[in-house]
Amino acid sequence: MLRISTTTSLYDTGLLDEIEDIFEGLYNVDVQIVSGGTGIAIERAEKGDADLILVHDLARERKFIEEGYGLSRTCFAYNYFIIVGPEADPAGIKEMNVSEAMKTIMEQGIADPDKIKFVSRGDDSGTHAREKLLWDRAGFNYTEVATSGRWYVEAGQPMGQTLLMTSEMRGYTLCDTSTFAAYRSDLDLVPLIEEGDDLLNVYAAIPVNPAVYPETNCEMARNFVNYLVSDEGQSLIAEYGTETIGKPLFNPARGNCDLIGCSGDECSVPLADDRCNMAEA
Amino acid sequence: MDEIAAGLVRAAEMILALDPTVVEITTKSLAIALTSTAIAAILTVPIGGLIHFHNFRGKRVVVNLIQTLYSLPTVTVGLVVFLLLSRSGPLGSFGLLFTPWGMVIGQTILIMPIITGLTIAALSGVGPAVRDTAVSLGASKFQAIFTIMAEARAAMLAAVLLGFGRALSEVGVAMMIGGNIRGYTRVLTTAIALETSRGDVELSMALGIILISISLIVNLLVNRAQGNWWS
Repeated sequence: MLRISTTTSLYDTGLLDEIEDIFEGLYNVDVQIVSGGTGIAIERAEKGDADLILVHDLARERKFIEEGYGLSRTCFAYNYFIIVGPEADPAGIKEMNVSEAMKTIMEQGIADPDKIKFVSRGDDSGTHAREKLLWDRAGFNYTEVATSGRWYVEAGQPMGQTLLMTSEMRGYTLCDTSTFAAYRSDLDLVPLIEEGDDLLNVYAAIPVNPAVYPETNCEMARNFVNYLVSDEGQSLIAEYGTETIGKPLFNPARGNCDLIGCSGDECSVPLADDRCNMAEA
Repeated sequence: MDEIAAGLVRAAEMILALDPTVVEITTKSLAIALTSTAIAAILTVPIGGLIHFHNFRGKRVVVNLIQTLYSLPTVTVGLVVFLLLSRSGPLGSFGLLFTPWGMVIGQTILIMPIITGLTIAALSGVGPAVRDTAVSLGASKFQAIFTIMAEARAAMLAAVLLGFGRALSEVGVAMMIGGNIRGYTRVLTTAIALETSRGDVELSMALGIILISISLIVNLLVNRAQGNWWS
């Protein structure tokens, strides 16, 4: 059995289901996937309730490894964050840079909370962490933003539900391109801010350190990581979504290591056969 | 086990210190469930009375149907109300989705069958002697009905309290229609679901203790009402 604790974007888009089927066939193993925000995904692993995490929050990934829970980090895919909103764009943020857009949504939201809303994940997910970072970069204290009025809506729900809520409220939200593409046909939302600093979103796989939890299935976690970065795994990631929505949902990490800021041994290289035996607490 | 014990201690502290988040979420939960229960009771107690005091073809079928709906799945009610209140739905223009009033609508629908059905059961529990006595003493039809309802009031109160308990403890409608928005539609059940999933076990436990305590109080009240009725 391999227990994977994953972020919702990889799961809600259906990518992991597809990889799971293939992987189970290859290794004759039962793969169990639990999805949640990056915060809870990491927490489950810290409690020993997972063998492998697939997440997207560099700061918390580093902490997870530094505290000894994680064996090593392997980047395997990336996409981008975007700010989406109603096509009419009532706050007029199109063409702005990210910080200007965040500032404008906040100012106009405070002035007219019935018309301008920002819907936040509010669940300590990787996307929520990025949103906090973007408020910080725009020059605001997150706690003040979150308590500055009813224009700021904390959903406390996964990405898909948050998108549906944003669409119903005709609001704005921060979303990853993959989940947005997967839900787009159900939404009255369009991407408004698609380029900018701090919008890159890198997914990493980290096996749980067997020196901390000896009962963890490190070998199978290592096999899964190595499948993700194999030729087959990387081309599956590169093509996933073409059939269903007409274009790929994720970008494979291989060949883009510099762009996504992953160092050589982190970037899409397989873990050594004896990696699990070399683990130290 | 340590985590559970530590969580319980911390939860007790939060409740005793009247932690603002705990108070806010509890108040919101009570307000929404009480409003739903009041509306459902006003609508369904008369309906229950009408069904009980009238004989018509298919009455048994109607009563059976109502009893089947006691266990109406909350997520099904959530789904239907979501579709009705959504912007693309027939009631979309009222903007009720993801509001407390939207939750009230969903919960009202959810608990109407149980209050109606138990009202009928309460009225059926009043023996024919009561009615005969009232009529023999010269009561009009309405006076007789009034006498029977007065006789069944404890059991009817129990019906309403059970409806309240279901409204307070359900999570499907609250999550799907309310959307669990902090400070607006976040109630005990949705907050517990969220805080557990983001790892704030202490807050979850504090809210869980409150929820169980309220359920316990409601249950005691129900028992008391039924005790009076049977004694």
